[in-house]
Amino acid sequence: MNIQSEVQTRGIVRGGETLKQHRDRLMEATKATGHYAGLKKMELRDSDPIMYNKLFSRLRAGVVDARETAKKIAASPIVEQEGELCFTLYNAAGDSILTSTGIIIHVGTMGAAIKYMIENGWEQNPGIRDKDIFCNNDSLIGNVHPCDIHTIVPIFHEDMLIGWVGGVTHVIDTGSVGPGSMSTGQVQRFGDGYSITCRKIGENDILNRDWLHESQRMVRTTRYWMLDERTRVAGCHMIRDLVQEVIADEGIDAYWKFAYEAVEHGRVGLQNRIKAMTIPGKYRQVGFVDVPYAHDDVRVPSDFAKLDTIMHTPSEITIRGDGTWRLDFEGSSRWGWHTYNAHQVSFTSGIWVMMTQSLIPTEMINDGAAYGTEFRLPKGTWMNPDDRRVAFSYSWHFLVSSWTALWRGLSRSYFGRGYLEEVNAGNANTSNWLQGGGFNQYDEIHAVNSFECAANGVGASAHSDGISHAAAVWNPEGDMGDMEIWELAEPLVYLGRQIKASSGGAGKYRGGCGFESLRMVWNAKDWTMFFMGNGHISSDWGLMGGYPAASGYRFEAHDTGLKEKIANGDPIPFGGDTDPENPVYESMLEGARIKRDKQAITTEAMFKDYDLYLNYMRGGPGFGDPLDREPQSVADDVNGGYLLERFAASVYGVVLSDAGDGMKGVDMAATGARRAEIRKDRLAQSVPTQEWMAAEREKILAKDAGVHVQQMFAASFKLGPRFEKEFRDFWTLPDDWKLMEADLPIPSYGREYSMDISELPDVKTVQFVEE
Amino acid sequence: MAYTRSKIKDLVDGKIDRDTLHTMLSTPKDQERFQIYLEVLQEQVEWDDPIILPLGPKLYIVQRQSDMKWMIRSQAGHDFCEWDQNWKLHARVRVRDTPEQMEELYPRLMAPSTDWQVIREYFCPLSGDLLDVEAPTPWYPVIHDFEPDIETFYRDWLGMKVPERA
Repeated sequence: MNIQSEVQTRGIVRGGETLKQHRDRLMEATKATGHYAGLKKMELRDSDPIMYNKLFSRLRAGVVDARETAKKIAASPIVEQEGELCFTLYNAAGDSILTSTGIIIHVGTMGAAIKYMIENGWEQNPGIRDKDIFCNNDSLIGNVHPCDIHTIVPIFHEDMLIGWVGGVTHVIDTGSVGPGSMSTGQVQRFGDGYSITCRKIGENDILNRDWLHESQRMVRTTRYWMLDERTRVAGCHMIRDLVQEVIADEGIDAYWKFAYEAVEHGRVGLQNRIKAMTIPGKYRQVGFVDVPYAHDDVRVPSDFAKLDTIMHTPSEITIRGDGTWRLDFEGSSRWGWHTYNAHQVSFTSGIWVMMTQSLIPTEMINDGAAYGTEFRLPKGTWMNPDDRRVAFSYSWHFLVSSWTALWRGLSRSYFGRGYLEEVNAGNANTSNWLQGGGFNQYDEIHAVNSFECAANGVGASAHSDGISHAAAVWNPEGDMGDMEIWELAEPLVYLGRQIKASSGGAGKYRGGCGFESLRMVWNAKDWTMFFMGNGHISSDWGLMGGYPAASGYRFEAHDTGLKEKIANGDPIPFGGDTDPENPVYESMLEGARIKRDKQAITTEAMFKDYDLYLNYMRGGPGFGDPLDREPQSVADDVNGGYLLERFAASVYGVVLSDAGDGMKGVDMAATGARRAEIRKDRLAQSVPTQEWMAAEREKILAKDAGVHVQQMFAASFKLGPRFEKEFRDFWTLPDDWKLMEADLPIPSYGREYSMDISELPDVKTVQFVEE
Repeated sequence: MAYTRSKIKDLVDGKIDRDTLHTMLSTPKDQERFQIYLEVLQEQVEWDDPIILPLGPKLYIVQRQSDMKWMIRSQAGHDFCEWDQNWKLHARVRVRDTPEQMEELYPRLMAPSTDWQVIREYFCPLSGDLLDVEAPTPWYPVIHDFEPDIETFYRDWLGMKVPERA
């Protein structure tokens, strides 16, 4: 007799469900009702609002406290100085309840890792028990890039799982092909460095010895790695203890309700804020960034990657009458053979980092906002790749450049309603990244990634200039760090640090300026460095008449002879590269080998002591017509080093006068005349838009544009049929006009063939967006 | 939190004090702002047609009294097109696509490379005011950046009467 019996396995989640059953039930209820977990009513919040808010305040304060305390354990200046870490509390289904300050993009990424464990049966194998420790940095399942290392700890109460806590730090090196946390050069994931997929690395609150031995030799900067890990574990354990204390004080029932109602609260809160701050309608914008890989100084292993390309992301925001919204990125570029690809979760989760700075500036940052938003990211695009070979090491190259367009869209609605205080023309392209490695001043294998660019310029607002050298979109608490700390962390002496003049976009209100540091290699051995930033393209447009921020360039000098000059007391370069059009460094570096050009992305180049490297941090875009800027503000900009003098007249129409002591004032009469003249010139030099369109159309018909521009359009047409149709309609192109990548004189590997991670055996990926 | 008309005017003029600015940023939004804002802006233009929605410091959707059409109008009084069209297609444009033109705006090396990116400046045909700047690749269509749903905004979100439209 064949008796089939179903083995009833009691799950680990409070109440007896398995993690998978629990999440499935929540998602079905969310889908059926439109409310997170089917919570049409928030019982705890409505019946006992004091208790609800007490729980919120205590837990929120606790996760912030854990971050502030734990970061003191770290030695890496990225964590300790820049605050590149974050802790988040999750409910049992992996949806975030609360997050700390810091790099809050990870509100979603660690949740994605927990959901991956849930969907792929981690409960059965390797098992999830109290006091386990998991580690993840896999970008194929939701991480931003491999250098963001997650530590994830389950939280149990009376032997049942009631939630999770995650901690993340940005480590300084992941053992990728090149040193530095966001290296260039590798063109596939396999060169991106150490990759860990939700691995159980500890039990009974102790890290496993095999993990310690393996992980510590997989990266160059072992000491930082070890202390970063202790930072994450300590923070997670602080928060786990806090949750247990809260439950002891307030009861498990209250905590359990809070853990789900808080997410629904976040969803409803977003909808209310959309109605309170925006205007219903459609908003369209676009972002670009350059990938200039055809240059000799970009050394990649594969010929098919040695191309100049442009990454492209058009976006359409639809805000509906009921306060819901949809963000559609149809027309975006395909993933590429570089390290600038992103997972759908990092792309969408990072948008919350932006929104916390205007639309939802509350402490309740959780997955509710994600449930309140419809995202459409076509499969196969750079932010939703369909190939498991893609590299992610510097996904930020285009994340920041594509998101900056969203500021413009939202700012149109803030401006329309009169909420000028919220208007932001955009963020800066957060670069340059000074990276490299070798043997440092302590004779250890080392890698560097200077986080000075956590302090770029901010976009202008509709009532004031953007703040200079102050912020980065990915960390709301950005900081340039102390020079003295960077000199301890890097074998690079500062010869200067100053505001980067004319880096902020011009406007009635100008973009904040970035800054620049001149570094001299000192006491390094077998040393390399490279550049990482935008160069040919300024990714940050201005708004409503404001101009884009300036774009990037590089300056490096080798065989400088500075050793002898210093010994002789001769003049040497100090301070910034104030006007790159009229450089002065070169006059003190006769005979040196200098690279000064638009190639703002390079791979490892050899540097030795007394060589120079200019680290230029970008500015933000401007707002409004520069001719409407207060003339005295222009003089103040020149006096303060924010604007090169010649642009006062050419951009702002301001004629400066001598105000004594080397300072500039304004000749008001001459300024009025100059501005009138510029307005006349504008009309004389412009044509009706339709006339220009007719001429541009001829260029399109003749395929008159660089191959990199044609490749960008062709790739976007293939993945975005609606984008192609709109393009063809706009230019009234004949049916026989075709633009195909296959017809271009460059390789396009990946165009036809791809294989997603979901095609691997026994892998269930979690889909978070419409594809 | 409500603000006086003079504070809203200060904000529009770029002269808002720091304390009020901080309050504006950190407290829930004042729904009545929109109406006061329209009144402040209306005083600053030289024409009488009512502003329905501001699109930029010198660009508006207005209700043209002569025919009750909703038009996109510049500060200087040029009517580009009806409210739901792309006004930039009816403006004047100057395209900066040479290094020399870029270097009027940026120092050499800090300007975009014109075979990758151009700058398109859209001007008011009457005044030469710069109303918008686009910085796309060559060939890029002119972007229709905003299509507001004014009726829903007025009627459902603000509880205001929707201005008549011919």
